[in-house]
Amino acid sequence: MKAEHILPDSSPPQKRVFPFLLIILFLILILLGINLGEVSTVMEKATKICLDCIGVG
Amino acid sequence: MPVLRRWIQIVATVLSNAYWMFPHTKGIYQGTLKSMCVPGLNCYSCPAATGACPLGSLQSIIAGLRPALKAGHFHFGTYIIGILGLIGSLVGRMPCGWVCPFGLLQELIHKIPSPKFEIAKTLTYMKYLFLALFILILPALVVDDYGYGITWFCKFVCPAGTLEAGIPLLFLKPELKESIGALFYFKLTILFIFIVWMILSRRPFCRVACPLGAIYSLFNKHSAFRMIHDPDKCTHCQECYNNCPMGIKFYEGSNQYDCIRCLKCLNESCRFGAISYEIAGMPVVKIRDRRPEVQRSEVGSQRAGNE
Repeated sequence: MKAEHILPDSSPPQKRVFPFLLIILFLILILLGINLGEVSTVMEKATKICLDCIGVG
Repeated sequence: MPVLRRWIQIVATVLSNAYWMFPHTKGIYQGTLKSMCVPGLNCYSCPAATGACPLGSLQSIIAGLRPALKAGHFHFGTYIIGILGLIGSLVGRMPCGWVCPFGLLQELIHKIPSPKFEIAKTLTYMKYLFLALFILILPALVVDDYGYGITWFCKFVCPAGTLEAGIPLLFLKPELKESIGALFYFKLTILFIFIVWMILSRRPFCRVACPLGAIYSLFNKHSAFRMIHDPDKCTHCQECYNNCPMGIKFYEGSNQYDCIRCLKCLNESCRFGAISYEIAGMPVVKIRDRRPEVQRSEVGSQRAGNE
């Protein structure tokens, strides 16, 4: 099995900045959430049995 | 590549459910990893779950928004939205195809021999309805006297919760059997319907009902990782559609909302070099193996020869 390296034949796509802006935006949101103490809220919910999820609640 | 993807799916499923002490402890994992959201749909009440389900966590935060605000906690779910948005910005809906345990289950169940049926395109928009109603609106608006909402999707729909948490916990904690009622049997019916549907159709839950997939799908057109379609090389042979676990016709759009970037079209289907990918517009080297590339002209001459 011989691997072959090929560049797409069509004209090379332009570099896009938008994904990086999105990445920065969502990284900021993560940091904001951590700063607001949401991590402990997530932890608190996730460590208890969710009776709703079971269909018992 | 197909073997690699399957192994990644299996490893991700095992890592998401790696707490095997539960038969001894008779409870779910309560360690610090539970503060992290897993990228796929995996119920955090599953006895073996090691991480938090992003959908369950988001609903819980929205359902508790009013009391939290009254208590001075500004918890709007930015941590979870940030994680989902970060993943979506990087790879779009790729987690559905590579690391979601429920996605793996659907692909395996679909291998059961049976007549196969396609899912109507209009049904695939229902997942956005589930996202808007069951994840965002109802948990925030329908609240009790104390201002608490409920996790609507978990409670009334999620078949992953029934399968991964509901059924195992009834065995683990027999005392819960006394509390089950119509709601449990309703959820069991939903699970049963989806399992039958998984046999008959490709990934029905992902395509019709998964709000997590709906969130990731919104990033498909703008994520750093994107698929590329070369119309000059495409012959519309439908091989990509036949192999696609989501039933996508790649030639109708290279980054459709339902594309889970499993790369089956690239690695197992297209012989014409019409499918490739790019990362943030940067030139990507495609590694091709096995299948010799076929030119459109060769196909034409083959067809003429056959006739």
